[in-house]
Amino acid sequence: MNELCQLTIHEAHELLKRRGISSVELTKATLKRVDELESKVHACVTITEDIALKAAEKVDNYIKTSNEITPLTGIPTLIKDVICTKGIRTTCSSKMLENFIPPYNATVIEKLKAQKAVIIGKTNMDEFAMGSSTEHSAFFPTHNPWDLSRVPGGSSGGSAVGIATDEAIYALGSDTGGSIRQPAGFCSVVGLKPTYGRVSRFGLVAFASSLDQIGPITKDVTDCALVMNAIAGYDPRDSTSVPYPVPDYTRQLIPDLKGLRIGIPQEYFVEGMQKEVRAALELAIGKLQELGAEIDWEAHLPHTKYALAAYYILAPSEASANLARYDGVKYGFSHQNASNVIETTEKTRQFGFGPEVKRRIMLGTYALSAGYYDAYYLKAQKVRTLIKQEFDQAFQKYDALVAPTSPTTAFKLGEKLEDPMQMYLSDVCTLPINIAGIPAISIPAGFANGLPIGMQIMGKPFDEETLLHIAFAYEQATDWHKRKPPL
Amino acid sequence: MKLSYEQVKHIAWLARLGLSEAEVERFSLQLSDILENFEILKEVNTTDVPPATQTVPLQNVFREDNVAKSYPQNEVLANAANKEENCFKVQAILE
Repeated sequence: MNELCQLTIHEAHELLKRRGISSVELTKATLKRVDELESKVHACVTITEDIALKAAEKVDNYIKTSNEITPLTGIPTLIKDVICTKGIRTTCSSKMLENFIPPYNATVIEKLKAQKAVIIGKTNMDEFAMGSSTEHSAFFPTHNPWDLSRVPGGSSGGSAVGIATDEAIYALGSDTGGSIRQPAGFCSVVGLKPTYGRVSRFGLVAFASSLDQIGPITKDVTDCALVMNAIAGYDPRDSTSVPYPVPDYTRQLIPDLKGLRIGIPQEYFVEGMQKEVRAALELAIGKLQELGAEIDWEAHLPHTKYALAAYYILAPSEASANLARYDGVKYGFSHQNASNVIETTEKTRQFGFGPEVKRRIMLGTYALSAGYYDAYYLKAQKVRTLIKQEFDQAFQKYDALVAPTSPTTAFKLGEKLEDPMQMYLSDVCTLPINIAGIPAISIPAGFANGLPIGMQIMGKPFDEETLLHIAFAYEQATDWHKRKPPL
Repeated sequence: MKLSYEQVKHIAWLARLGLSEAEVERFSLQLSDILENFEILKEVNTTDVPPATQTVPLQNVFREDNVAKSYPQNEVLANAANKEENCFKVQAILE
């Protein structure tokens, strides 16, 4: 393998700035890597080779005459195919949007373009971001590069695999119940779900609007901070984005954790978790202690066990409303041979949506329907209040909480596909964070039988800096993030 | 909570979601299994707990009603399966 595609953002940036490499060289290196590996891992839905090379050429001309370039200038990236890219097919890995070409860019894409980023492709995902394994893509499953017979996690599986395999320098994903962090953990890369409201959702195809956030998937923590610097901030086009100032996320990247109080919520070390995952987490937490953090092994979030049920009522309810827009009229798949308008709608949705999307529409429609609303949806919203309050209370005592990203390492392709409840359980450590709207990061924290283990660090709302601080200190003291999959 | 064949058909109708017979059978079993796992919420005392609809510290977000450029008609229509004279075309809705 050539070395260029292995670079991080900050390494590539230094080389571009010194004109040691060109953006075209870097872009070609990643495209070559994509070409070599796609038949094995299937991370990408669309490769935008021509657009990428043209953009890279323009960047190189710009660099020639420019003294200052921003950290993402000229650097190749992969974008999860749920984020709208003007003129580039955006499918959500669904037959429904297989040929959909957005007439506008998501705000995050505008922000990356303002930094002269080079988009090399769109990545595979569970259809409409509903799933935990990327097997629910309507096109093909993505494979885990650490063991091709296993899932990469989901729903941002393509983005996580693209970064683990050096197909791109960084990627964007989206996270509604763990969809950035769980695949980051399964693939040994860094994945951050920002605080709800920190990054604009304009142009992110909606799944569950009160839970969805876009975030970075990167090779190290410094890169994660750099991407956050680019994408965070208020956007008048997203009324739920919050007008707080955006800090420089690199300023707290210091290798010392003195004075930080970290709680270890016992409820996240669930029954049925792999003993190797528990052992790796205990070692990693010991390392945080060595680095100066004060650890409380007896933190408690007693409502954690209700989060899964609340989530799988709230998220499908919001999804059933959001996905009502797919009627085959304005865009998307449209069934043509029905006799009337209702049949057209029904058939469009029958043949356009895959099994998991249908399951969630059914679940959400049921939870919102007359007679069941109070028992399911309203009850889940009240439990949401309790879960949020519990986190607020914990953060009066602790600067951050640390837990596994997932109770197990990556499972086998097909293993949970026919048992939706088992699949849902693989999000048990990540979805409480979306319910509470707080930020959390997953970083590489070890291996068991050759498979990666992720450590999840959760923080106060809008305090991504502390998460990045802890993650950076741990990363500097370990070398898990430097290991590459055996391909 | 066990979902019957008829209930599944009714929910699918509410969602305007066509389902094959096999799908109705499968969802009847799978959704019942999932709903059974939701029973755990009954344990939680939520008396006097207000529902949370969102988590950000914002309420009633307003903006100025400014005139802005809209998308060109051809771009808006570009993804539609059926169109006629710069309009989306649908089947008759009224008899």
